[in-house]
Amino acid sequence: MGMGMKFRLYRYDPESGEPPFMQDVELDIDPAGKMLLDALIAIKAQDETLALRRSCREGVCGSDAVNVNGRNRLACITPLGELKEPVEVRPLPGLPVIRDLVVDMEPFFRQYRSIKPWLVNDDPEPEVERLQSPEQRARLDGLYECILCACCTTACPSFWWNPETFVGPAGLLQAYRFIADSRDEAISARLDHLEDPYRLYRCRGILNCVDACPKGLNPAEAIGRIRTQLVKRRV
Amino acid sequence: MKTRRFDALIIGGGGAGLRAALQLARSDHTVAVVSKVFPTRSHTVSAQGGITAALANVDDDRWEWHMYDTVKGGDWLGDQDAIEFMCREAASAVYELEHMGLPFSRLDNGRIYQRPFGGQSKNFGGEQATRTCAAADRTGHALLHTLYQQNIKHRTQFFDEYFALDLVRDAEGYCLGVTATSIETGEPLLIEARATLLATGGAGRVFGNSSNAMINTGDGLGMVLRAGLPLQDMEFWQFHPTGIAGVGCLITEGARGEGGYLLNRHGERFMQRYAPHAQDLAGRDVVARAIAIEIAEGRGCGAQGDHVELKLDHLGEAAIAQKLPGIRELSIRFAGVDPAHAPIPVAPTAHYMMGGIPTNLHGQVVAPARFGPEEPVPGLYAVGECACVSVHGANRLGGNSLLDLVVFGRAAGRHMLEYLRDNPYPRPLPDDAAAAGLARLARWDRKGSERVAAITADLRRLMQKHCGVFRTDGVLREGLAELDALEARLAQAGLQDTSRVFNTARIEALELENLVAVARATLVSARARTESRGAHAREDFPQRDDANWLRHTLYVREGDQLDTKPVRLKPLTVESIKPKERVY
Amino acid sequence: MKSASGAHTGTGSWLLQRATAVVLALTLPVLIVYVLAATPIDDFAGWQALFSPLWLRVLGLLAAVALALHAWVGMRDLFMDYVRPTLLRLALYLAVVVTLAGSVAWLAAVLWSVA
Repeated sequence: MGMGMKFRLYRYDPESGEPPFMQDVELDIDPAGKMLLDALIAIKAQDETLALRRSCREGVCGSDAVNVNGRNRLACITPLGELKEPVEVRPLPGLPVIRDLVVDMEPFFRQYRSIKPWLVNDDPEPEVERLQSPEQRARLDGLYECILCACCTTACPSFWWNPETFVGPAGLLQAYRFIADSRDEAISARLDHLEDPYRLYRCRGILNCVDACPKGLNPAEAIGRIRTQLVKRRV
Repeated sequence: MKTRRFDALIIGGGGAGLRAALQLARSDHTVAVVSKVFPTRSHTVSAQGGITAALANVDDDRWEWHMYDTVKGGDWLGDQDAIEFMCREAASAVYELEHMGLPFSRLDNGRIYQRPFGGQSKNFGGEQATRTCAAADRTGHALLHTLYQQNIKHRTQFFDEYFALDLVRDAEGYCLGVTATSIETGEPLLIEARATLLATGGAGRVFGNSSNAMINTGDGLGMVLRAGLPLQDMEFWQFHPTGIAGVGCLITEGARGEGGYLLNRHGERFMQRYAPHAQDLAGRDVVARAIAIEIAEGRGCGAQGDHVELKLDHLGEAAIAQKLPGIRELSIRFAGVDPAHAPIPVAPTAHYMMGGIPTNLHGQVVAPARFGPEEPVPGLYAVGECACVSVHGANRLGGNSLLDLVVFGRAAGRHMLEYLRDNPYPRPLPDDAAAAGLARLARWDRKGSERVAAITADLRRLMQKHCGVFRTDGVLREGLAELDALEARLAQAGLQDTSRVFNTARIEALELENLVAVARATLVSARARTESRGAHAREDFPQRDDANWLRHTLYVREGDQLDTKPVRLKPLTVESIKPKERVY
Repeated sequence: MKSASGAHTGTGSWLLQRATAVVLALTLPVLIVYVLAATPIDDFAGWQALFSPLWLRVLGLLAAVALALHAWVGMRDLFMDYVRPTLLRLALYLAVVVTLAGSVAWLAAVLWSVA
């Protein structure tokens, strides 16, 4: 056939009693126009024991984040043709592996919930929309688009060491999404909650998050802006 | 068997389920949401263009005009009471989302940005209206995340990555909850609730070429059919005109709303021939059929002549970056084309199921029973794409699906609260409450020679070939015969993977059972409807037949029975919109 | 999630680390250039002469204090990341504080002993 592509897949089945191992797989696939998820699904069609998550297959739902050749990416928008062989696919680092490419996302979502990710506005509700100028709305660009895939947070060494106490880049990006929203009134409480040596200040500007984000967002910049707010209200 | 008990239970964590859950979570009732994926992975997240409501932020508008457009868009198959209800409630539902924090794009005066969409008119069929409220071209993402955030705030109980197996009902027909299985552990779970809402979304994955997420497998539809309840109008599937050719990912109608247009291989704006007035913003079924005809008659683009082109570059890079950033990203990734510089190759792709579980406008599931064709099933509700209220009739207008989710999600939530008040105590569970669900799980412990992935692929090919944009009795009949053979194979199928922990092979097998049930309902209903209406185009019956078919079809699984019931032409308060020829 | 967060510190330390970095960036080059210009220095008398101007001793002490504070924040961060038992971490903090404060005091004593 000559179209074979080589893959190395992280395999782990907790019921087998075996430790995790890397499985070499050769797949007959033409990489042109195909994404890594297409290949993983084709592999699963041959060997249905391979466990992975997937949903929208167009990079907007955040299900299929995996570590590909050392980088966290969404399998569905990672072109096969760009990848060096053997393509090494592992579960996201820094989270407990449930099986194969599936990790336990709860530590990630717990931190997301911890920033109280909802708009707070205690003014009486107008009978129409609250007004927001296009400029005020533009401040949410680069923030609200986050898909909670965890590529950034699980690429962050600070989160690896402190998953219970450090919010992580995704959570902090979302924290800033509400701080930056002209309609949100809870800025003081939000800043209070983040002004903590662990929750925010574990960020060391390693910038893995920026490199990892498949949506091109910049959590490090958001973290910087939160810090600016903290400094501003202090000095 | 492990059992949990709540006042209310929602199956599905998309826009409809989360909106209903929010209504319940704000009350003093306990509510649980069961979702087979983490809620923000639900297909609502993929909705791009927006949510339609006559806010009149950009141009004159009235909900009555929206109602007219929706009735006409649905080729008069929609129930006019439900449509009036939806269009009346639209503005408050959108304002409410804004108050919850949804980051809508804005106009210079600070109000919500609105864009023109297909099928929208002023003055009952006059000039193009501008009615669809948008958060750039990521409105579904913004909406779903906002609703999820509100549910976190109100402490909704989530069962993430639990797959619902079957409804639990008692001898009198009351729905008492569901059986489910934890995907992570493989353990079965019985969830009891006095009121259960199905919000399981569509089943677009029954087609080979689909814009839908891989999770859209009609799970709620399968549950309803297995419970002996009917599905309504299952022959009506919307093929979206502009899926990325060969991939199926969606390019929003908003791209044409912002000024984009379609070209065939001769560079001709062919929609001028098919819809002289609305052109590229005619109803989706009209545009999809036009593209299909252009391709079939050899005017398609590309080496295979299998697509047409969507031209956007004349809008300018700045406008595309601001208003259509998401589809630009999709186009670059999946078509290798930057729409700011070159046209996007597009072709029709299966997109939306207009039919579904029949409900009234409170979201109560209704079925023919002793006293009439629309008797509520006590304790059972359905909302969103899995339901058929029916507001979309024979063809849904763009921007009306997100609206459907929030309007009827809210309405169902409100009615469930009433129902909980009137039914304060749980009814006793029958002894065999979990039997059906456990049997579904046990079936896949059996060995078998056929593989699930192969059958799924064949099913999708079958439906693509036998139930596409154009249909005839012969092709549908062949499709049903092939489906019989495929179901025989399904009976012989077994899993290679019989493990417990995160066994996605088992989930895919359970999903395939639901898809097959949906395919059968679709083929049988499509064969029965001997007319062309909206998205259902029969080459052997090219005309709409109001004399015989101003009716909804009702499919029941046992014996593939097909029944009908009349369309509700009488709105709640306004005058009925009388059927007339549908031209754009 | 139960967590005792919002300690209302962190911004101070972060600012301190940045401020001390600025001080070091300004003072260190001056000190280095000054010392390099005077080299080679063979004996104690040479060193004594080098540090006899008061401004230089003040500058040296300033740099040392900035360095100590900078190091304190850095070391504390390091222990926060890697040392979980609270008592052990406190003990290490104490050791660092004693070492850094002691070093600065000693440096002050040395610098002013030459006068």
